[in-house]
Amino acid sequence: MAITTRAPAPAGGAGGPAAGPPAGPPGPGTAWAEGVERLRAAATTEPGRLRIIGALVAGIVLLFGAVTVWEVAGRVGSAEDVVGRSQPLSADAASIYRSLADADTASSSGFLAGADEPREVRQRYEKDMAGASRLLVSAAANAGEDAESRRQITLLGEQLPRYTGLIEQARANNRQGLPLGGAYLRYANEQMSTQLLPAAQRLYEAETGRLYADYDNARSLPLASLGAGILALAALGWAQHRNYRRTNRVFNRGLVAATAATLVALLWLAVGHAVARSSLAEARTEGQESLKVLTDARIAALQARANENLTLIARGAVLAADKKSDKYDVDFAANMKDLDAGLEKALRLADDDKGREPVASAADGVRQWKQRHAAARETDLRGDYQAALPQVIGDRDHKDSSGASFDTVDASLERALAHEQAEFTRAARSGLGAFGGLVTGSAALAVAGAAAVLLGIGRRLSEYR
Amino acid sequence: MRTGVRREDEAPRGGGPAGGRTRPPRMRRLARRLRGWGGVSAMAAACALTAAVLLPLAQAAPEDGPAAAVRPPGSVAAVPQAPWTLTDTCPDPEASLRPSAGDGPTIERIRKAGKLVAGVDQNSFAWGYRNPVDGRLDGFDIALVRAIAKDILGDENAVIYRAIPTNQRIPALQEGRVDVVVRTMTINCKRLEDVAFSTAYFEAGQQVLAPKGSPITGYDASLKDRRICTAAGSTAETALKAQAYGAVPVSVPNQLDCLVRLQLGEVDGIITDNALAAGQAAQDPSVRLVGSPFTKEFYGVAMHKGAPDLVRRVNKVLEDYRAGGGGSPWMQAYARHLGPVLPGVAGPPAPKYRD
Repeated sequence: MAITTRAPAPAGGAGGPAAGPPAGPPGPGTAWAEGVERLRAAATTEPGRLRIIGALVAGIVLLFGAVTVWEVAGRVGSAEDVVGRSQPLSADAASIYRSLADADTASSSGFLAGADEPREVRQRYEKDMAGASRLLVSAAANAGEDAESRRQITLLGEQLPRYTGLIEQARANNRQGLPLGGAYLRYANEQMSTQLLPAAQRLYEAETGRLYADYDNARSLPLASLGAGILALAALGWAQHRNYRRTNRVFNRGLVAATAATLVALLWLAVGHAVARSSLAEARTEGQESLKVLTDARIAALQARANENLTLIARGAVLAADKKSDKYDVDFAANMKDLDAGLEKALRLADDDKGREPVASAADGVRQWKQRHAAARETDLRGDYQAALPQVIGDRDHKDSSGASFDTVDASLERALAHEQAEFTRAARSGLGAFGGLVTGSAALAVAGAAAVLLGIGRRLSEYR
Repeated sequence: MRTGVRREDEAPRGGGPAGGRTRPPRMRRLARRLRGWGGVSAMAAACALTAAVLLPLAQAAPEDGPAAAVRPPGSVAAVPQAPWTLTDTCPDPEASLRPSAGDGPTIERIRKAGKLVAGVDQNSFAWGYRNPVDGRLDGFDIALVRAIAKDILGDENAVIYRAIPTNQRIPALQEGRVDVVVRTMTINCKRLEDVAFSTAYFEAGQQVLAPKGSPITGYDASLKDRRICTAAGSTAETALKAQAYGAVPVSVPNQLDCLVRLQLGEVDGIITDNALAAGQAAQDPSVRLVGSPFTKEFYGVAMHKGAPDLVRRVNKVLEDYRAGGGGSPWMQAYARHLGPVLPGVAGPPAPKYRD
C-alpha cells in the first residue's frame, strides 16, 4: 500500500478525483467506496496499474513468508515438545509402570527369602517405590489439562500408600513365621495387578498418546506455506511475463531477485520439512515403537517373575478359573507368552545389530528361565518345597536358579531399552535440527523478496516521470 | 453308636473344598452332646439345661464349641428362618475299615523304602506349618504323621514330608506321589470315590470368628447387616447363601484372606471351619470364635483306594492314639497344638466302622 500513498505520477490524466471532497460524513461504507473508486481510477492508467501489481505481488511474497513462519514455528514447537517434553514424560510414565511392577517382584522375592531377605532386594523395592513416588509428582505437575492422565495419577497416588502398607504387614507377619503374611502379600499383589499396574499402563498410554499427537503436529505438511509459495512464484512469473510483453525487456532485476528469494525459501521449506519429517518418522518407528514393545515385554517379564514367586508363596491356596490349576502358575504362563510375543516383535523392529543383540540375549534368557522354572515347578509338585525354593530364588549353592535367568532377561531388556532410547533421541534431534534457521531464513527471504519486487516495479514506474 | 442311625436330608449339594456330609439324626446328636457335656465344666453343665430346652429349635450341635451354649436363648428364638444344615450324598462317609496290625503289600513297600511319604500342609497354623523357631514342620497333623511312621517303621522321624497344595491332595495319592495325606482333609462322599479314608481323627464344624468386643454372637441374627467373609467354594459360603441372617457376604480365594480383610476393616466377621479358624485366632489374638459350630465335619487320613492294608493299619494307629482318656497321645497333641486356640474339645470323635 506504500505505493499508493506516494505522490501521483505525472503522466495519466485522472489524478483529480483521487483527492475526493471530504465534505460528506466519512462512515466506513463511504471510506471503502472511496478506496475502491480510487483504485478504479488508478487502474485506468499504466502507472496506476503498475503500482497495484507491485503492491499485490509484494503482498503475496510477504504473505508466503508470514504463513511459512507461522506454520514452521508451530512444527518446530511440536518437534521440540517431542524431544524435550512429551517423550521424556512418556518415558517417565513407562518408568512409573516399570518401577511398580519391579517393586511387586522385589517384594515377593524378599518375602520368599523370609527373615534372610537380602539387603539388595529390600533396597531395590525401596528404590522402586521412591522412584515411582517422585515421578508421579513430576507427572502430576506436567499433566496440565489432560483429564485421563490426571485421573490415573490421582488413582496411583491413592493406591500406592495402600499397597506399601499391605507389603509391610506381609513382611511383619512373615518375619514372625505366620502364614498370614503370605495372605497379605497375595492381597498386595492383587491390588498391584488389578489397580496400580492398569492405572500406570493407562497413564503410559495417555502420555504416549500426547507424544504421538506432538509427532503428528510436527510431521503434518505445511500445506498453506507451500501453497502460498507457489502462488507467490506464479504471481512473480505473471508480473514478469506482463512486463516482457509490454516492454520487450526479458528481465526486471528486482522481480528476478524476488523470484530467486521466493524459490530459495520454498525449496528450503520443502526440503527442510521433508528431512525433519523423515527423521521424526524414524524416531517414531525405530525408537518409540521399539520402546513401547520393549517396555511391555519388560513388564511381562516382571509380572511373570512375581507370579513365579507367588506360586511358591501361595502354595496352591488360590485356584485359577478352571478350579483345578494354580492361579499364579496359570498367570505365569500367560505372562511368559506375552513376553515371547513382545521379544519377537522387538526383534523385528530392531534395525541394527546393536539393537538386536540385547533382544536376542533376552530371548536366550527366557528360554533358560522356562527350563529352570519347569524343573523347579516339578520339584515343588513332587512335594519337595525345600528343594524347589532355592531353584527359584537361588542361594550360595544354586547360582543356576530361575531368578538368575530372570535377572539376565531383565538386564538385557534394560540394555535394549537404553539403546532404543538413544536411537530415538538421535533421530528426533536430527529432525529438530532440519528445522534449524527455517523460521528466520524464510522471514528474511520473504522481506527481501518483497523489497526486490517494490524496487523492480519502482524502476519501471520511474520511466513514466 | 451306629445302631439306629438313620439319615435325613440326603439331597446332593455342591461339594466345595470343605465338602459336605449328612446331618446325623437328632437322637445320635443328643447322645453325643450328652457325652460331650460329661467332660466339661460345671458351668457348661448348668447351661446344658438351656441347651436341652432349645434342642428342638437348634439344629447346630454345640458339643465341641469352646463357647458352647453361651448363645443367648433370645437370639435363637428371635430368628424365624430355619437354620441351614449340611447334607451329603451317601450314608456314613466317615465309617472306615476295621483296624488291623497286620502287614500287606502297601506296608511291605513302605518298609522296603524305609520312609513314609506324607502329604502335608505347611501353611495351616497349628495343623501343619513351619515352626518359626526352627523352620521345621509342626502341628496336630504332623504329630499324627509321626505316630503312623513310628508304628509302621519304628521311627517317628522316618518320614518324607511333601508339602502339597489343597488341589493336589487327591492327584498326589492317585499318582502314588505320597502314601498318606494328613492335611485337615474333610471326609466326604465325593472324595470317597477317589480315595480311601481312615476313621475320623478330628471333628470340626463351621463357626463364626469375630473381633473381640464385636456384637456378633454366632451364626444367628447378630450377623444382620454385617459384612461376613467366606472362602470361595467353601461350606461356609454355601451356608451363607442358604441362610445369611441378613449378612452381607464377601467371598475371597482362601480362608486366610478373610483374616486379612478383617484386620483391614473390610469385613466384620468370618465364617470358616473352626479348626482353621483356630489357626487364624492363633495369628491374631484380637479375634475369637463366637457362638457354636453349626455343622459337623470329620477330618481323616486319606490313602490310596487300593491300599486297604494301610487303611486298616492307620486305623489301628488311631485306636492307640485315642486310647488312654485324658492322657492319650491324641489329648497330648491336642493340648500342645490346639488347646490354646480351640479350647473346650473333650476328646477325639468315636470311630465308626463299616465292616
